[in-house]
Amino acid sequence: MTTTAINTKKMTMIQGVRDAMHEMLKEHDDVMILGEDVGVNGGVFRATEGLYEEFGEDRVIDTPISESGIIGNSIGLAVNGFRPIAEMQFLGFIYPAFNQLMTHATRLRQRSMGRFTVPLVVRAPYGAGVRAPEIHSDSVEALFTQMPGIKVVVPSNAYDAKGLLIASIDDPDPVLFLEPMRCYRSSRTEVPDGKYNVEIGKASVLKEGDDISVFTWGAMVIDTMKAVEKLEAKKNVSCEVIDLRTLYPLDKETIAASVQKTGRAAIIHEAPATGGVSNDVISLINDTSFLYLRAPIQRVAGFDTPVPVYSLEQEYLPSTEKIQTAILHAVDF
Amino acid sequence: MSEPKHEALGLERDQLLSMFKTMLTARKIDERMWLLNRAGKIPFVISCQGQEAAQIGAVTALNTEEDYILPYYRDLGMVLHFGMTIQDLMMSGFARSEDPNSGGRQMPGHFGSKKHRIVTGSSPVTTQVPHAVGFALAGKIKRENFICLTSFGEGSANQGDFHEAANFAGVHDLPVIFLCENNKYAISVPVDRQLSCERVSDRAQGYGMPGETVDGNDPLAVYEVVKKAAERAREGSGPSLIETVSYRLTAHSSDDDDRSYRGREEVEEARQKDGIVTFAKYLKEHDLLSEDEEKDMHNSIQKEIDKATDLAESAAYAEVETTFNHVYDA
Ligand SMILES: Cc1ncc(C[n+]2csc(CCOP(=O)(O)OP(=O)(O)O)c2C)c(N)n1
Ligand SMILES: [Mg+2]
Repeated sequence: MTTTAINTKKMTMIQGVRDAMHEMLKEHDDVMILGEDVGVNGGVFRATEGLYEEFGEDRVIDTPISESGIIGNSIGLAVNGFRPIAEMQFLGFIYPAFNQLMTHATRLRQRSMGRFTVPLVVRAPYGAGVRAPEIHSDSVEALFTQMPGIKVVVPSNAYDAKGLLIASIDDPDPVLFLEPMRCYRSSRTEVPDGKYNVEIGKASVLKEGDDISVFTWGAMVIDTMKAVEKLEAKKNVSCEVIDLRTLYPLDKETIAASVQKTGRAAIIHEAPATGGVSNDVISLINDTSFLYLRAPIQRVAGFDTPVPVYSLEQEYLPSTEKIQTAILHAVDF
Repeated sequence: MSEPKHEALGLERDQLLSMFKTMLTARKIDERMWLLNRAGKIPFVISCQGQEAAQIGAVTALNTEEDYILPYYRDLGMVLHFGMTIQDLMMSGFARSEDPNSGGRQMPGHFGSKKHRIVTGSSPVTTQVPHAVGFALAGKIKRENFICLTSFGEGSANQGDFHEAANFAGVHDLPVIFLCENNKYAISVPVDRQLSCERVSDRAQGYGMPGETVDGNDPLAVYEVVKKAAERAREGSGPSLIETVSYRLTAHSSDDDDRSYRGREEVEEARQKDGIVTFAKYLKEHDLLSEDEEKDMHNSIQKEIDKATDLAESAAYAEVETTFNHVYDA
């Protein structure tokens, strides 16, 4: 149900996130926001700026500090007819609520044979590279992609953020909406006024190419695009870059079609390699496109350690050099 | 005229001056951290300002050779009292490898030092509170005589971890002091949006322990109630919940702008009650501190902070390879 949008505005990703919530609060009485400092303060990243003033304290609720309460209460609201958007101040603070997500949000539908449902969105800033303290920087998306019953979405720019957040709020099932902090203000994109959807489960081909398919998401889109542009400028190689945008469910068609065209693949993510979503992408390629491959699939990921603090985090993160090396390794194989 | 409070409590002049000096040191380190942050030299500050009196009052009632603390991020005063140095704290602020808390791995304010009996903690609020309970249970089983003091903000007293820990400690009569440093805000959210009871200490009853609320700007008042709680814990009578009420004089952290949620008059009013100011006045009124002594104290602390700042600034970050250290035993 996409309405045609007339005007566009250039905005940052955080503004896109806010715009989506503003639009949905305005249009739908059943949408509400719960979280720490989301009200008067407008959110620690300003994602909810002005929403409390415009929609009041019954629809934008400053909660006590208790994530299990925020998500548990939101589940109750959702089961009884509302569409809550629960903000985790950082993804690293979601763990007290893990129980509510794992044992209820994701399972209520099935165990009640579809009679109780949880149209809940959990928003959470995450990721390294913003000189944040311990726990604030981890990329733990894979903890949630292995939770059947919840969808996991990660925008990397304002347009996708707004469209995906609207789609997430409209989705009848729970969605974990991950917001890479490094993308919040790193770029501005044209964003239509009003309501529009970016479909959950659809990847975005950021750049077409012939020799290798490079899959990534979140803040690593920035580094991957930079690495590819520089590499193509000096080497005779043509890269296709795909922003997965949804990590569960993965966009099987787009991934397979691209690999079958290029015959090579690299996956870039900042989460630790072991257990990372890259493994699901590799499996998907194995299942759909094994005989098209001309080189082993490359992977550039974080180390199997906690993300170190700012003094060392650049060493932890996949760098443009590491990304370029991986691409060349596949192409020159 | 009645006996001065410190005499009634049995506190000597050098103890009082040492309390004041630690409070002042904590404040001055914190002020330096803000300057360094605003100059772009350190990425993050989270302050003790406004809570030094509560912190120092509390730890003065403990035995630093025997007891343990599981503090939270504002407890700069506590960790100084337990033996961390200005240099240690500067190394931590600059995230240098010589930071004794974590070798530059953690954010400033996340204290931990085995040798100083400070059990390491992390960013998710209130997670240290059940650790204190288990730590105390281990001591009880091993028949050791220490007590544990764990501290947290009033907003953090709403996490399940607090309630689960307090209940367990109450059931098992463990030697734990739950010290809630109520500074009236949890980032932007005022107490009345956090708590449905009037005082955090009202919750003690539900967990079978005494609860008390005390003026957190008065280190002597805090000392008195913590002393009582420590005696109770040490004789095996179980835990206590103490709430110190003061005010957060700075923004929540260097990433926060408190102008969006509280008025300047309110902050100014709180400054009048600042424990550093009122305790200095108390000491002077009782001829325990002269203007000159106070000035000397300021100067000598400042000098030490300057020296530590220079040292930390020129110290090295941890080597990249150390990222892999200590994830597992081997
Ligand atoms: C589990 C968890 N949720 C959220 C946060 C983010 N956060 C850090 S401090 C803070 C406010 C804490 O308020 P309070 O307990 O009153 O302590 P104060 O900072 O006021 O001393 C919040 C919400 C966190 N660190 N951990
Ligand atoms: Mg507080």
